[in-house]
Amino acid sequence: MANVKTRLLKENIAKVLMQLSGITITGSLFLIVGTILYKGLPYLSWEMVSQLPQGGFYIGKEGGILNAILGSLYLGTVSTGLATLIGIPIAIYLNVYVKNGSFLARTSKLIFDVLFGIPSIVYGAIAFSVMIWMGIRASLLGGIITITLLTIPIVVRTIDELLKTIPIDLKHVTSSLGATKWEVAKILLRYIKPGIFTAILLAFGRAIGDVAGVLLTTGFSDNLPIYIDEPAATLPLAIFFQLSSPIPEVQGRAYASALVLTFIILFIVICTHYLASKQKKHKI
Amino acid sequence: MYSLSSIETKETQNIIFPTTQPHIQIKDLNVHIEGKHILKNINLSIPNNSITSIIGPSGCGKTTLLKTLNRLVDDTKGVDVTGSVLVNGEDIYGKHAEVTHIRKKMGLLSQKPFPLPMSIFDNVAYGPRIHGERDKKILKGIVETQLRNVGLWEEVKDRLDASATRLSIGQQQRLCLARGLAVKPEIILGDESTSALDPISTQTIENLLVELKKDYTIVLVTHILRQARRVSDYIIFVYNGEIVEFGKTEDVLLHPKNEITQQYVKGFIT
Amino acid sequence: MNLRLIKDSIVRNLSAILLFASLAVVLLIVLGLGSKSIPLLQTEKLGNILTESIWSPLKGNFGFLPFIMGTVWVTFISLIIAVPLCILASVYLVEYASDRLRNLVLPLMNVLAAIPPVLYGVWGILFVVPGISQFVAPLFGVHTTGYSVFAGGIVLAVMIFPIMISIMVEVLLTIPQELKAASLSLGATKWETIQKVILKKAKPGIIAATVLGVSRAFGETVAVLMVCGNIPKVPQSIFDAGYPIPALIANNFGEMMSIPLYDSALMFAALLLFVIIFGFNLLSRIILNRLEEKA
Repeated sequence: MANVKTRLLKENIAKVLMQLSGITITGSLFLIVGTILYKGLPYLSWEMVSQLPQGGFYIGKEGGILNAILGSLYLGTVSTGLATLIGIPIAIYLNVYVKNGSFLARTSKLIFDVLFGIPSIVYGAIAFSVMIWMGIRASLLGGIITITLLTIPIVVRTIDELLKTIPIDLKHVTSSLGATKWEVAKILLRYIKPGIFTAILLAFGRAIGDVAGVLLTTGFSDNLPIYIDEPAATLPLAIFFQLSSPIPEVQGRAYASALVLTFIILFIVICTHYLASKQKKHKI
Repeated sequence: MYSLSSIETKETQNIIFPTTQPHIQIKDLNVHIEGKHILKNINLSIPNNSITSIIGPSGCGKTTLLKTLNRLVDDTKGVDVTGSVLVNGEDIYGKHAEVTHIRKKMGLLSQKPFPLPMSIFDNVAYGPRIHGERDKKILKGIVETQLRNVGLWEEVKDRLDASATRLSIGQQQRLCLARGLAVKPEIILGDESTSALDPISTQTIENLLVELKKDYTIVLVTHILRQARRVSDYIIFVYNGEIVEFGKTEDVLLHPKNEITQQYVKGFIT
Repeated sequence: MNLRLIKDSIVRNLSAILLFASLAVVLLIVLGLGSKSIPLLQTEKLGNILTESIWSPLKGNFGFLPFIMGTVWVTFISLIIAVPLCILASVYLVEYASDRLRNLVLPLMNVLAAIPPVLYGVWGILFVVPGISQFVAPLFGVHTTGYSVFAGGIVLAVMIFPIMISIMVEVLLTIPQELKAASLSLGATKWETIQKVILKKAKPGIIAATVLGVSRAFGETVAVLMVCGNIPKVPQSIFDAGYPIPALIANNFGEMMSIPLYDSALMFAALLLFVIIFGFNLLSRIILNRLEEKA
């Protein structure tokens, strides 16, 4: 049977192709981080991360991107905080107050799934036109509203997934002690505590890394972000702007800024991974 | 000879067991879930201070019957309940019935133990606390009493602050029983409460239930006939959403009147 | 009524309000962008706007074809790269790889998903663009700066790897072992089983993953903007520059208030994106929900 040979050959070729695909995909991650590390490391300095832009910063003179780092942290923290405050009650409502699998719950979850996929440029565009309509100029406030809208679906869906894994009997035993739904909800939240932090970190990562949304709504500023009604710098935008400069020093700083952002994101991912594994152990 | 006829089924359904002041009375109860008729014309009086077991093949509606008793069935999608369930003469499906108040009267012992994510002490104290008990001394008293009630006190008294999930599964189930008892229920509902346990823990729980019946009315769902025989005073046999037979344990298991019951008891229907 | 019940009903009502307010965002987007687009739609027919290829806002010409084609090109290129790679890799992860390897690779996909678009853009400029201009284009005898729809497609492909891999792996894991065993016991090789049984069975899931990938690619803004060249002309080859719709909005919102109808045109672009992506997402989520219910 000659064709057994060809069949096995095919099997082997396919296997090699699959391995190559896997290597390409995984490799792209290392390629990205590696490229940024290689280009950014030479320009990274303490001055970069600890100073505001000085005069002539954008033509390659001294200064740093502290304004952008703080701006991103500020924006990310406040919007993620708001998204959590809004998202957790929604997830609770859909899992505890509304009957399991009801029309409202299913439709809402579907819509949040879809909203999760809506790109930030659309959120930015709508926020931008609402801001013009209300006479608000580009400001931290505008950014916070946009990014909060962007991150609510992340929080809702992640926490919903966690709540779904809790056996219904737990709800039942708690309510049979005479607990109200809110008291049941508090018990459920205790169960998924590590998972909640995962959701928050995921949202924070998305918030801190977004460009398109803040580009339209937050503006940019060389000052420290203090007032909520003033424009503020964000790290991704700082990278974006510096990169478009023709001056090599400024471009170099863009790479270094990219490296800073990479570090922040990697830190967040590692924390998320740790918490997720904790939640798994926690499972009942 | 008894033949399988619908007339007979109806007769047996309407048995209202003679007891002094029945604790739970079910009248014309019908439950539909998403259009399916799950429980059909249930009429029952469950005697107090005794153990009543609900038996029947899987999917017959026995768990739904149990869950209608404390309105946990409310949580099911597309559920529709008609008729009434009277507890101490009060209709829990009545207009002014308040669910948390009703459920407090009925402790639930679920299939698997579900300790709350807190310490052993807090697990037992959880119920009294949400119902407004703040006094530490009283709480301590309740915790000790209930843990003693379920025979767990000696095993855990030195580690009351440890997480409840560290206990063995049998201990957890006893803890859950203690937690249920701490809200001073009048009725204990057990939903195949020993199915996740090893034989020794099962025996412990069974003995506890037999002991507790002097103070409580106990309703169990079980698919283990021998367990029903060991612990219960009365047996309800449910088949296809109807109560086919209800009576004293010996009567139902040893001298079943209905042919379906006979077949089930002999193990022909599972 | 006691305090506990009051608390309970406060939480109930408050969270219901939050839910409906959040869902209303969809309406806000549609109505807001829709009302802004009306002025443009009043001057020109929708069909013309979508098929016209001249874009000169100062003269009042708003032909969207170059941008639509820009988006289509980059999306298409990214799919051609990503779909086969992702199918092969996820089949490998599910059918061949050890648990250890799988548990190593899947978290890495989460890392890839967490990398912000701007970093993809930086990578694109530093690695992909020069790679194209120095190595790939010369192979075909083409001179280019490298800023092209090809570069955009490559960057997008890498960006959609994680979402496609994670969904495909999930779908493949739901395929029952018995089905594979049945095929294998008939003497099929593993690869034949994969081709004829597994991939067939996983088709809806793979389609859903691809559609999600498409909608991700459609809406991606900054990373693409950074590497695409942004020339408002319909690209003729993969080495031509392109100008995807999201980039159009991001690049020009600053002047949109100073040129008549410009704001309307940009908001129309945003609406276009929203409608397409909403539709695609809805479609794939419905497929995935069905699959989940069946499993």
